Amino acid sequence: MIHEWLLLTPAAAFAFAAFALFVIDAFTPDDSGGGLLAAVATIGGIGALSASGVLLLSGVAAGGVELFGGQLVVDGMSLLFTFIFGSVTALVSVASVDYIRELPHKAEYYLLVVLAATGMSVLASANSLAVVFVALELSSLPSYALVGYLKNNRGSVEGSLKYFLVGALSSGVMLYGISLVYAATGSLLLSEIASAMGGASGSYPGVLGIGLLMIVGGFAFKTASVPFHFWAPDAYEGAPAPVAAFLSSASKAAGFVVAFRVLVVGFPIQDIAGTLDWVLLFQVLAVVTMVLGNFAAATQENVKRMLAYSSIGHAGYALIGLAALTNAGGAGSEATVLGASMLHLLVYGFMNTGAFLFVALAEHWEIGRTFEDYNGLGREAPLASVAMTVFMFSLAGLPVGGGFLSKYFLFAGAVGAGVWWLALVGAVNSALSLYYYSRVVKAMWIETPAEPVGIERYPTGLYVAVLTAAVVTVLLLPGLVVFDSVAFDAAAALF
Amino acid sequence: MLIEALILLCLLGAAVVFIAPSRHAPKLALGVSIPPLLVSLYLLFAFDGSGNALLGGDIAYETFAEWLQLGPYAVNYHVGLDGISLPLVVLSTVLTTLSILSAWTPIDERQSEFYGLVLFLEGSLIGVFAALDFLLWFVFWEAVLIPMYLLIGVWGGPRRKYAAIKFFVYTNIASLVMFIGYFALVFGLGDAVSSTGMPAVAEALRAGQLSYLGTPDVGIAPDTLAMAAFLAMFVGFAVKVPIVPFHTWLPDAHVEAPTPVSVLLAGVLLKMGTYALLRFNFTMLPEQAATLAVPIAAIAVISIIYGALLALAQQDLKRVVAYSSVSSMGYVILGLIAYTVYGVGGATFQMIAHGLISGLLFMTVGVFYNATHTRMIGDMSGLAGKMPITATVFVAGAFAYMGLPLMAGFMAELFVFIGAFESTVLPAAPLFTAAAMFGIVIVAGYLLWAMQRSLFGPFRLETDYELGRAPVHDVVPIVTLLALVIALGVAPDLVFEMIRDATLDVIDFGFGGGS
Repeated sequence: MIHEWLLLTPAAAFAFAAFALFVIDAFTPDDSGGGLLAAVATIGGIGALSASGVLLLSGVAAGGVELFGGQLVVDGMSLLFTFIFGSVTALVSVASVDYIRELPHKAEYYLLVVLAATGMSVLASANSLAVVFVALELSSLPSYALVGYLKNNRGSVEGSLKYFLVGALSSGVMLYGISLVYAATGSLLLSEIASAMGGASGSYPGVLGIGLLMIVGGFAFKTASVPFHFWAPDAYEGAPAPVAAFLSSASKAAGFVVAFRVLVVGFPIQDIAGTLDWVLLFQVLAVVTMVLGNFAAATQENVKRMLAYSSIGHAGYALIGLAALTNAGGAGSEATVLGASMLHLLVYGFMNTGAFLFVALAEHWEIGRTFEDYNGLGREAPLASVAMTVFMFSLAGLPVGGGFLSKYFLFAGAVGAGVWWLALVGAVNSALSLYYYSRVVKAMWIETPAEPVGIERYPTGLYVAVLTAAVVTVLLLPGLVVFDSVAFDAAAALF
Repeated sequence: MLIEALILLCLLGAAVVFIAPSRHAPKLALGVSIPPLLVSLYLLFAFDGSGNALLGGDIAYETFAEWLQLGPYAVNYHVGLDGISLPLVVLSTVLTTLSILSAWTPIDERQSEFYGLVLFLEGSLIGVFAALDFLLWFVFWEAVLIPMYLLIGVWGGPRRKYAAIKFFVYTNIASLVMFIGYFALVFGLGDAVSSTGMPAVAEALRAGQLSYLGTPDVGIAPDTLAMAAFLAMFVGFAVKVPIVPFHTWLPDAHVEAPTPVSVLLAGVLLKMGTYALLRFNFTMLPEQAATLAVPIAAIAVISIIYGALLALAQQDLKRVVAYSSVSSMGYVILGLIAYTVYGVGGATFQMIAHGLISGLLFMTVGVFYNATHTRMIGDMSGLAGKMPITATVFVAGAFAYMGLPLMAGFMAELFVFIGAFESTVLPAAPLFTAAAMFGIVIVAGYLLWAMQRSLFGPFRLETDYELGRAPVHDVVPIVTLLALVIALGVAPDLVFEMIRDATLDVIDFGFGGGS
């Protein structure tokens, strides 16, 4: 069937872009501007997002289509997340033109970004633990190198090493977990693991439980959730800002999509609750991640580091999607809260990418990284500052962008699923977060700088990326309706 | 369609002014604020609605479109106006245009941003009064905070950063509390409502369809839920109004805010709180309000007296006017809790009257400040001789505040007192009314005292500025406002008729009443 292969177009768009970059690098290794490379990477991203958008709208994969004997599955959720990866990749590639203009190894940079995106889109479709592991490594290994891209910068190298060490450890742990699950259930396919739950694996509850726990550890690393979060602030701070945008938006979403599929499809809670109640586990993780991320963000003096911690906080919000699957409110309410979590990651993909790209803009201007360094930016760069204001308020959940609606969906979904206290913790954290987000706004518009910033360059690529992200964030407030039924249907299809 | 046009005119105007060069911004802003004003006046004269928008009334200029679906609840784009919201929309447009005019003198830096934010604020305020779906309403409600935060924070006085953040944090936490309260009700209604729309929820609540939040075994009983939600929403809105003891952000915000922003803050933003109290607490949960009648009336009277006493103690003219708002808002609460036609109608009328009068006083204080560069009562005396028109307007405004007959303030307070006096919901209503009336005496006391010291007597000024007549664009807004105050005092039925029509259903819930 030829059209089944067409379902892989989004992932193929990334892969083709990667091959094209290889070829371009081989023939013209000294492309000084990097414009062509960025264009190819951007086209890859736009190709992936439009292909997944078309497939989503056409509804061909609504019921989920299995490929390669069930190793991969293309369904609403994988397409929705590939849409996110495509958008973030395109934004980051456009923004990187200016950011790395003066730096060497441009081809490698774009290549690694696109390869990581390829891994993420495969991860979104992974339907067996073997593919999960391979795809996870494909998306993680390029990320380690990207964080250390500024190799003469101590912070970049240190962040990269930390990221790599934690990543290597957690993927080792996860691989061991996969082998334990295989030992208990006799299969790596998620559907077969689920069906073995009542029968074959009954004899080895301990092996299965420990295996699952270790797999969850791998997801916690990828999503930057407690307890494997501590690489995130250093890696995001040290990394080039566009890479930090890419990691904190796309890579985090990739971690969530695989966690959603593996846990909901492979380890249905009603079958495994007696062995390892992962819903309870995620309830604890969600609360701790939210609280830790937001409180740590409130104490930062460095904007990029604040965003890094806020990114951990948002991982906590998204975890509510898993923590609310208590089966208390009926199947419909479970799909609602899981779909709301997907929507939040979608909106987050734009608003958080935009915020980090604004930091990239600030680094491009070399104005420093603390809140004080942003003083008076509103006068010198009003358009970009308006965009950053939109990102900050939308991240805080004020209704200037889609962030308000997706948070509202998430919390209302949690209440509907019977875990109102999770929604309460989320809402209180969200109110607290306004404090540190508004510090950026205050610095840009209200404070006066000690000395004039003197901005002379207004780089086109970064501006295009930041403003696009801002416009999409605002449009997602009335326009989230385009995605909401897709997300809720995609979530319902998993159960 | 007209409401959308109104909001879009404001937002587009805001965008145009924001990117225009600063030297053209003041006149441009005045220009783009005229079309919304005209549209809103047209809405007022072509109004054909009747009844209360939440209680099955005939909604004017209604637009309804599906927006989102979350689980069992539809979120709709639903806007429309009734006799309560329409006068407030007109108040917003009138005060915005006049405050833009009054900003020409004091605002001398970053003009395009200032006027852009003012117009953005106007659009959001109209949205607050026109929205009939809770989530849409909340979008506008929160959107108001952002321009106000920046307007205080950038153009305010010496302690502007503190005042701005205090305002922002106070009102935002209040919003959260209120939001939780409302959604507890929606979830408690269960299958009885299929949307978050305010009319649907109001009618379901008044029909007594509230059931357990959760299950009867592990859940919150309907009565407890209704009471908890009432309290959560009351506290949430009380901060905005503000009612004692949630008022402490107000003097800081007012004193630090530039005059045109104070006008909008006192004139319209405070009305958001009382409007929401009327729409949510008193329309949706009348029985809980009746149960809590005594404490609420007590808070109202305390706000009246305490606010007036605080005003008496101030040395800064602007603070005097700011604290007097606390006092005036107490009358609104007293009128609402009376649950009589004149009580609730008078409270709504008081919102309009106070919006005009406090706007007038703030602007006049601003005109004095522009000339003298001080607001301290002790620093000046005998200004009346040097600035006769402004002083006359100030005296007239002060008398309107005190309730001089034939002025809007008199009619508003008269309605509230009549309504409160004959209330059957409120025990010992005459007692509360009498105590509230005593507030008038203090109001008269502090205003007369302040005027006597600053306007009359021999001329003396502690600053080195030359006093001259105020420029025309400073005088036009205050004279216009004074004319409106007198017009509403002479012919309250200009708006009171539609207000009365819209409040009839609110007070009709079986055991309340009065005429």
